Amino acid sequence: MINSAYFMSMLISGLKLGSIYAIVAIGYSIVYGILRLINFAHGDIMTIGVYIILMLMNQAGVPIPAALLISVAFSVGVGLLIERLAYRPLRDASEETTLISSLAVSALLQNMLQMVFSAQRQPFMLPEALRTTHKIGIVNLSTINIITFISTAIFLVILHLVLTKTRIGTAMRACSENLRAARLMGVNVNRVVMTAFAIGSGLAVIAGFLLAGEYKTVYPSLGFVPGLKAFCAAVIGGIGSLGGAVTGAFIIGIAEMLFAGLVPTTMTAYRDAFVFLLMVIVLLFRPNGLFGGSETARS
Amino acid sequence: MNKTYRITDCSLFRLIVFVIVPLIILIRCAMQPTSYITGIVITMGIYIVLAASLNLINGFSGMFSMGHAAFMAIGAYIAAFFTLAPQVKENMTPGLPAWLINLQIPLAPALLIGGAAAALVALIVGFPVVRTKGHYLSVVTLALIVVVRAVIDNQGDITHGSRGLTGLPAKSTILSVYIAVVVTLFVLYRITHSDYGRGLIAMRDDPVAAQTLGINLVKKKISCFAISAFFAGIGGGLWGHYLTTISASNFYFSKSFDIVEMSIIGGMFSLSGSIPGAMFYTIVPEFLAPLESGFNLGGIRLPTMFGLSNIIMAVLLIVLIIFRGQGIMGTSEIILDTWFSKDTYLAPFRKEEYQRLAGVFRKKSS
Repeated sequence: MINSAYFMSMLISGLKLGSIYAIVAIGYSIVYGILRLINFAHGDIMTIGVYIILMLMNQAGVPIPAALLISVAFSVGVGLLIERLAYRPLRDASEETTLISSLAVSALLQNMLQMVFSAQRQPFMLPEALRTTHKIGIVNLSTINIITFISTAIFLVILHLVLTKTRIGTAMRACSENLRAARLMGVNVNRVVMTAFAIGSGLAVIAGFLLAGEYKTVYPSLGFVPGLKAFCAAVIGGIGSLGGAVTGAFIIGIAEMLFAGLVPTTMTAYRDAFVFLLMVIVLLFRPNGLFGGSETARS
Repeated sequence: MNKTYRITDCSLFRLIVFVIVPLIILIRCAMQPTSYITGIVITMGIYIVLAASLNLINGFSGMFSMGHAAFMAIGAYIAAFFTLAPQVKENMTPGLPAWLINLQIPLAPALLIGGAAAALVALIVGFPVVRTKGHYLSVVTLALIVVVRAVIDNQGDITHGSRGLTGLPAKSTILSVYIAVVVTLFVLYRITHSDYGRGLIAMRDDPVAAQTLGINLVKKKISCFAISAFFAGIGGGLWGHYLTTISASNFYFSKSFDIVEMSIIGGMFSLSGSIPGAMFYTIVPEFLAPLESGFNLGGIRLPTMFGLSNIIMAVLLIVLIIFRGQGIMGTSEIILDTWFSKDTYLAPFRKEEYQRLAGVFRKKSS
């Protein structure tokens, strides 16, 4: 019999993983919603951010909050640069072409990281203060867990407000509804796309920080598979929908941890496969995801 | 008739460039089976098989699959089960049925069985896969790679787990690989020029119109997926027998992306494109590799940079798709048209072919 404390701790781990996926999935979802582009480089921007933080902390002794801020700023710059050089020239090209471009960018970034920081795994330890555990009820929560939950909630609320209350947010929603019509109505599409990349890249770094703290190690391809899983989350929720991406992320995070915790140990290695199978099953019954409407033809 | 000919219209010229010169290179390589260049040429042949089979699905059917590595893995492992020596299998893969452990057959039938196994898997997973569209299909096929890898890594008594299989007979020689290349390209070429292939192209260009003309989209998509997987399985088997040591990590995302990239570089709407695509992908890195160990630039000695050639390849790819999105060949099938046409091989015996060739050169010089 599985005791409830074990189950609860699994659930909490799932929620934590779900929060991280949610932050990444939002980045995928916003960009995909507007450009119909799966930005495979998204996961690698996450890795770049982690390396920058690591470098600032270890070599320059910068405190974590400052390191995080600098890293976010740097990665937003990288995200915008990629958009300008590799995606904007292909704005009118077919979906497959942009997909390949993003794969090439992903390979480029991974190899650059390997060249600059070497392919070796490097330890990434959060300071002691963030790792102390607190006993709340029957579950143990570390400080970083609590920070993860709170920051995810704050980011989601801010993003929701930006998307619904501000001018650029309205423009972003218009673009993901119908890019061509939005352009005809005088929306500056390039600015919208740049904002989407900036938000996505910034959030990816924060997710990367939390994820690296979880894995306790950094390597050049760190972000790729979590990035892919976050994309699965966005797909499950119905891509282009913010709420959908978040729900999908929590479904995947919790399902992944429960799978890892509850099946016999001989099966736990199928964890990644399980996540992807889950997505396939959802797509079988809801080809546009759980919250995606019917995909209308887009020009 | 006073038609002006371009040099590429001359059968004789095409015979020399696309048949005789490659044949000489292959024969030279076959005579030096251990040389470094022979290895590159063999790799190139295997990539041609893989890229051509990917072109069938990505270029002709309108689906965009990225799961080629999964089918390669299935083909490679199944083929290896049939060609490994019995005593090796007893130690490495005791979970196999007894009859299979004691069986050892030549490469060709083993490859066919591997391809058939990949096609069978494609048929089974095809039903959920083809229900999805566009990018969703690409992501589902990526998911397939993860699932296949998880199975291979965790069925230790059958696949030897993540340690992989060792001691595969090194049977992927110039001869066997290039026989596979010609057969694969011939079959795919005939498929794309048959009723079935025209149906595929119709489906790619306008699914709704194709359906009203009586094309069963689901049947067409699944069968195309399976045919492509069959040749991917054969390519995987050849790759395994070239490496002689395989593990699931040889057939992961990066391998799939490599194949997708060479298919795009060569031009995915043309089966012929697989040839320049594979050439580009095998030859260019060879020239870039020396740069990684450091070089002199204007008097400054640059340090060693691992991964530099990959970075340059990625940049080249981005530049190529921005400026020539249709790939090197576009939709031209000039290489395969030359290979599989009777005219090419009769050209040396026809007087007017020589006159035509001479005419082209005369016009150029005047």
